[in-house]
Amino acid sequence: MVEPIPTMPDPSTKKVTASGPSTLSVHAGEARVKPGFSITDPIFAASTYTFPDTQAIVDFLEQGQPREEYGRYGNPGERVVEDKLAALDAGEASVLFASGMAAFVGLLMAHVDAGDDIVFFDECYHRSREFCRRHLTRFGVGFREVRTCDYDAMEAAITPRTKFLISESPTNPQLSVVDIERFAEIGRRNGVLTLIDATLSTPYNVKPLDAGVDFVLHSATKYLGGHNDLLAGAVTGSAELLDPVRNLRGIMGGVNAPHNAYLLERGLKTLALRMERHNANGQAVAEFLAGHPRVERVLYPGLPDHPFHAIAKQTMRGFGGLVTFFLRDADWRQTASVIDAVKIPRIGPSLGGVESLIEQPMVMSYWDYTPEERAGFRIPDNMVRMACGIEDAEDLIADLSAALDVSE
Amino acid sequence: MQFRTRAIHVGQEADPSNGAVVPPIHLASTFVLPTANGDDAQYDYARTGSPTRHAFEAVMASLDGGARGLAFASGMAATHCVTMLLKPGDHLVTGTDIYGGSWRLFNNVLAERGISITAVDTTDLAAVENAIRTETRMLWIEPTGNPLLSVTDVAGCAALAQKAGALLVADNTLATPVLCRPLELGADIVMHSATKYIGGHSDLLGGLLVARDQEVGEQLHWMQNATGAVMGPLESFLCCRGVKTLELRVHAQSATALRLAAWLHKQPTVKRVYYPGLDGDPGHTVATKQYHGGFGAMVSFEIDSDVQGAQRFVESTRLFQLAVSLGAVESLIEVPAVMSHGAYAPEARRAVGIKDGLIRLSVGLEEAGDLENDLLQAMDSLSAS
Repeated sequence: MVEPIPTMPDPSTKKVTASGPSTLSVHAGEARVKPGFSITDPIFAASTYTFPDTQAIVDFLEQGQPREEYGRYGNPGERVVEDKLAALDAGEASVLFASGMAAFVGLLMAHVDAGDDIVFFDECYHRSREFCRRHLTRFGVGFREVRTCDYDAMEAAITPRTKFLISESPTNPQLSVVDIERFAEIGRRNGVLTLIDATLSTPYNVKPLDAGVDFVLHSATKYLGGHNDLLAGAVTGSAELLDPVRNLRGIMGGVNAPHNAYLLERGLKTLALRMERHNANGQAVAEFLAGHPRVERVLYPGLPDHPFHAIAKQTMRGFGGLVTFFLRDADWRQTASVIDAVKIPRIGPSLGGVESLIEQPMVMSYWDYTPEERAGFRIPDNMVRMACGIEDAEDLIADLSAALDVSE
Repeated sequence: MQFRTRAIHVGQEADPSNGAVVPPIHLASTFVLPTANGDDAQYDYARTGSPTRHAFEAVMASLDGGARGLAFASGMAATHCVTMLLKPGDHLVTGTDIYGGSWRLFNNVLAERGISITAVDTTDLAAVENAIRTETRMLWIEPTGNPLLSVTDVAGCAALAQKAGALLVADNTLATPVLCRPLELGADIVMHSATKYIGGHSDLLGGLLVARDQEVGEQLHWMQNATGAVMGPLESFLCCRGVKTLELRVHAQSATALRLAAWLHKQPTVKRVYYPGLDGDPGHTVATKQYHGGFGAMVSFEIDSDVQGAQRFVESTRLFQLAVSLGAVESLIEVPAVMSHGAYAPEARRAVGIKDGLIRLSVGLEEAGDLENDLLQAMDSLSAS
């Protein structure tokens, strides 16, 4: 027989009482003393959990003791990540999913009924809107969208059927910044739930729950995981509103795998450190591009001429690593030739990892749409989106500079 | 490209088969050969080499400025591989302020196999020169020592080793290639316990050697393949992942360590602080010349107390966790005399200056103010008891 691992001592014996964002990134949500006295959380790969005898099962079912049962209902490593995310976002609870889209779908499926409708700001991720427009409508849920940051239009779109107001902040790739307090207030006044997808800002830059929204959603694939090596999503808010989401996840099954959850926990430890650098690189790259003769316009909330600079400055700690810019007098092929000439950023979708990525939204995400549809989405052919990683800003700028020269 | 950019991109080329931005983890133990005689095969058997390990070895060779990197199952496996270059009758000169495990390998394993050992204070170049004999084949130093954080002049030692025809090996675990690159200062081989800052998250064991010249690299690779203590693919993947944030972590942790060292220096209950970043520290002058971007994230100090008092202190911190090892995002605290350097015989330990009341901090990524408050409450609880 192998000696059993010592059982977990009471984690409350030495509570960490600290509040700095980097301290929270490293420690929040973790038991002070972990199974086996490991400094890091073990990965419980188990699909199922055993009981010593039948009476223990009966006790578990009758008394609802906090323990694991079956992997689809919960995993110890997943709970640590959920508690860490809840602490980082100053929420009561968080529910982790297999991807950002699984989190989005899981949240809506738990809270929306036939006859309800949903109002979006129109720059939200096109797949999120597509799910509602094409699929939730099949179940009798209405879909409306209004111009991003047009709060009057949003309020006017609310009907007695409206259940959810949804936006991202900043939006992608336009980087519009929502006045989250105002957005939340509209929801509260009308008795409508509010959701902010804060994937681009992360809890380091903004805390939507503090501003009064009901739910904050993250594609944890991006900055939270941070290394371009996992998919995950999470929704954070009050325990009461997330209970049905957790229960439905157990039925729909879009859970995150134990190994993946561990990589996410590991990534979160450097969240504050990485975000500081993503913010600095985003600002430096945006300023460089803004001064370049081949660049017609740069969209970055940290630039004074950005339409939402004032609210961004007032509500965000930093503005993230995503920079959107438009090449002067360039068609889609001329724009593509700049992207093809960069050496450090890889060409690809996604963002938020340590490696910089670059893409042309018209090609990468909107190729299948007509020019008229793309105009409606405000995705012109000369738009470039760069997701700054944490490389040295000097290297990124030198690379972009050379690419802009070479491709001319 | 600058250091951090290389740390993120070298060895991490997108996978040619599908463009994956992070290379796959190759778990394979063996590789299918194109021909029976193995011509043109990049890999044949994973002990000799495997793609994920090579990715890590390549990035570290780049960061340390060497010709060849080799990854091992632990820091001690890497150290042992280097010492396998020695033969009976050879002489090894080592520092005194070095990792207890290296001390044990040299004095309890090598010394019994016909290799003579001389331990000297390597911060004193004259003492190093005196210790070198005609049969000296290797000089082993830690640029930043452990646990006293003494600073050894790498370039000075390199000149002495070269004159003697000996290899200079630097265990650069504490300084990391972010702050110091011994190969650029004339060392022949650099060794890292990758368990520490390189992995950086307290979740893997690993060791690393980087050779300045291809020829020494080939000898070490031959020995690594013959003896077999290689790093596995999952650890290699985690190391590559850790290296991407290495510079950010080491700079942030070093800045916090400097602040804590200066703060400790002002505390009445602290008798002495060992930190090369402090003005007046014996290692400060050499450290200023040798290190760039910080002085490291380890801080040692003596409190005005006996070993029991030191033990009470380390048991009463809340953020600093009581554990050996170092270099990770979580801050750790320990008493070297009974923990990390317990492998020394008590007399030897005292002879090298490790006092019973010495406390060693490994400063993590937490906010400096949170860590300072934690040490303050531990001091309060000490004086209250």
